[in-house]
Amino acid sequence: MRHDSIVLDEAIESGSTNVPRAILSGPTRSGNFPDWFHDQQAAAWKQFQALPNPTRKDQAWRFSNVGVLDLAPFKLGGALPDKERNAILEQSRGLDQVAARLIFAGDQLIERDVVSDQLKKRGVIFQPLERAIVEHRELFRKHFMSQPAILGSAKFAALHQALVSSGTFLYVPRGVEIELPIEIFHWLHGENASVFPHLLLVTDELAKVTVIESFRSLDQQAPGFACGVNDLITGPGAKVTYICAQDWGSNVVALQMNTTIVDHDASAMSLNLHLGGKYSRFESLSRLIGEGGRSDLLAISVANGAQEFDARTLQDHVSPHTASDLLYKNALDARARTTFGGLIRVEPHAHFTDAYQKVRNLLLSDDSEANSMPGLEILADNVRCTHGATSGQIDKDELFYLRARGIPIPVAQRLIVSGFLNEVIQRLDHEAIADHLRRLVDDKFANG
Amino acid sequence: MKTETSAVNINRNIGDFFYPEAHVRDAGAGLSEKTIQYISDVKEDPDWVREFRLRGLKTFLEKPLPTHWASKDLEAIDFDKIRYYLAPGTAAKRSWDEVPEDIKRTFERLGIPEQERKFLAGVEAQFDSEAVYSNIKKAVGEQGVIFVGSTEGLKNHPEIFRKWFSKVIPVGDNKFSALNSAVFSGGSFIYVPPGVKVKHPLQAYFRINAENFGQFERTLIIADEGSEVTYMEGCTAPKFNTPTLHSAVVELVALKGAKIQYITVQNWASNVFNLVTKRGLAQENAEVKWIDCNIGSRLTMKYPSVIMKGRKARGEVLSIALANDGQHQDTGAKMIHAADETTSNIISKSISIGKGRATYRGLVHVPKHLKNCKNNTECDALLINATSRTDTYPAITVRGTGNAVQHEASVSQVSAEQIFYMQQRGLTEAQAMSLSVNGFVNDLVRQFPMEYSVELKRLIELEMEGSVG
Repeated sequence: MRHDSIVLDEAIESGSTNVPRAILSGPTRSGNFPDWFHDQQAAAWKQFQALPNPTRKDQAWRFSNVGVLDLAPFKLGGALPDKERNAILEQSRGLDQVAARLIFAGDQLIERDVVSDQLKKRGVIFQPLERAIVEHRELFRKHFMSQPAILGSAKFAALHQALVSSGTFLYVPRGVEIELPIEIFHWLHGENASVFPHLLLVTDELAKVTVIESFRSLDQQAPGFACGVNDLITGPGAKVTYICAQDWGSNVVALQMNTTIVDHDASAMSLNLHLGGKYSRFESLSRLIGEGGRSDLLAISVANGAQEFDARTLQDHVSPHTASDLLYKNALDARARTTFGGLIRVEPHAHFTDAYQKVRNLLLSDDSEANSMPGLEILADNVRCTHGATSGQIDKDELFYLRARGIPIPVAQRLIVSGFLNEVIQRLDHEAIADHLRRLVDDKFANG
Repeated sequence: MKTETSAVNINRNIGDFFYPEAHVRDAGAGLSEKTIQYISDVKEDPDWVREFRLRGLKTFLEKPLPTHWASKDLEAIDFDKIRYYLAPGTAAKRSWDEVPEDIKRTFERLGIPEQERKFLAGVEAQFDSEAVYSNIKKAVGEQGVIFVGSTEGLKNHPEIFRKWFSKVIPVGDNKFSALNSAVFSGGSFIYVPPGVKVKHPLQAYFRINAENFGQFERTLIIADEGSEVTYMEGCTAPKFNTPTLHSAVVELVALKGAKIQYITVQNWASNVFNLVTKRGLAQENAEVKWIDCNIGSRLTMKYPSVIMKGRKARGEVLSIALANDGQHQDTGAKMIHAADETTSNIISKSISIGKGRATYRGLVHVPKHLKNCKNNTECDALLINATSRTDTYPAITVRGTGNAVQHEASVSQVSAEQIFYMQQRGLTEAQAMSLSVNGFVNDLVRQFPMEYSVELKRLIELEMEGSVG
């Protein structure tokens, strides 16, 4: 791992638009992007303007509090004083050992630890977006925003494409296995700030990589807006693990659109941990396009106060002999709301599909509300598809057992909730990351 | 199974027959205020019913088709070509002897022998939009049970009828309940007095027998405190060339401690749009149970619901759907928990054959501050051919602690091993397939009352006839 300061300075210059302006003023051509990219941004902006605002009547937004999606107050750009910058660097603590690291603050790259020379020599590319556009034009262009957002947020995907100014491009060539995780931080700073985080991960045949992205706010109370896209392209036989640790400040409205493409004999696992934000929507599409492909979709939401988490998923089985397994767990306290809208779709001829989908809600308060819409669309026979949804509360017997051993109620409750969520974390089978995620969950319990 | 759909090829021609139409009263095609006035005039509606109809028409015209979530196939309905009212011009019949001969023949083709009916408490048969045959067993009448057509109900028993009519399903509930409110005719009105347990099921048969003619029956059943009643409804219809619309509204009211069981076997012709709103209200300790079996029609959209309004109320939906080529069975259930300790149960089984599509759509709602509410939902889908399709779209809302809700669904196919096993023992592939399908629905069919489970099994066998080749 090597600190790469030259690139860093370039990035800061290219992204430096110090005078904040409203999101709704649209893209400018002032960045250092090539013309074709600017043209795409202009086209995406037109699309954003043309598409209607979502309403609750849209099936894809049913139960969702679309009222929070007023973008008028949010701004682009803004200066990053040294003090804040240092605070962000100081607080960007994640895993002890990583293969590489990028830290973005307000969509500006502020620190970069590149991959080892050895990995570089084998062809691994780990670059900020603006450099990949120039240096790996063909590869980048082929995959960038190539997956349509079909789970409801087409409008916001267009907004993202119009306003994205940085992000991560990671390419892992054939047969290369990166043992240690790659870590990426995205920070929001300032009042009414906005970010458009982007991750494009392309793995070639038999490659292996783990990426963890953390989303945080410097000021816990400041309103903000995040609209991210991440596309994970898993090549034949490749293995990709993606973790999203979302811990925005408590007044942030966040949207994230994820697409995972799973080629033949490939395996993709994603875990989304949702802790922060006022309203956070996560769309996750997994397309299984080759025989023998497998996709695991995991998520945990810990919701309290008046938080709202809205998860929409699609397990799209395009090819026969594919498997997918979804497990989403929500723990809800106070006046929190969660919505899960998931679909397993088995396309015609995708026989021998094995698909599973399970959502479990643990309600801890009388004012919390869990909405579940687990769906199936099966257009082929010879499949095994099951789904389940449960909503319940802490088992009184379990609580009694712990109390009988002298554990006070609040502690006992927390233990039970941790145990409930831990089942998901354990599925990762990665001790260091699991510990990190458990710490984040514990912090949330501790800080309310 | 890999067998192509000669597989379970349902013979739709059985039940494909009709007799010359002899309609005396006909409102003509299309829907306007004039049509409504005409219906009200012919039926000699009281003023409040006329106003109610006009309100229904207004709402119907205002509401868009629900194609943002439902099938686009709805757009194929040409509302201007449908005839909204016609009656044979005969008064409701009281005895079997008085039933016209051609109608009797229709019943015979349906396989409902006269003999069988004598065992049934009452028969209310609907031929086109008016009840032409209604027979209430003397014993039921003596118990004080009212079992009449809806028109007769609103005229002769306004004090009970008006109190509950359109209270469970308001005019504006959906576009098709509004349509029904505008043009309803036929259907049953039943009132069971407190404590009366109707031993025999009350039964009605419905048929459509006029091209482009939609049937809009309206049924209201009130079970007073502690009473019990079972109602059965079965439908078959001859085949026509242009789409036909059936849009009924059924409201059930189970007062304190009452039990209502409503059984439907739907076998409309495969060009019928069957868009039905069914909802029951269960007061304290009451129980509403829908048993719903959908075999026919082009598109069925039907989600029987129960609102559990009183403590310890129970709701149940048992549903079987069979979708063949050109059919979409979009069925399901809604359970609205509105009081403590209410429990609901949904069991849905669907079979998709050929290019058929079966959809389960469900809603379970447990609002705030309720305690000890329970819901259990199970959906199983069976796919017969490679081109068959099944969907499941439940929506579950739970607020607060103290409630337990679980939903489970699975999709499978008849296993090749099962078929192989049975073939080894000398069954043909067709017999093996038929047996498997019957086994799949058997535990539900067994819950039907005896007469109906026999009839239903016959219907399923008929559907599987000449199947796998």
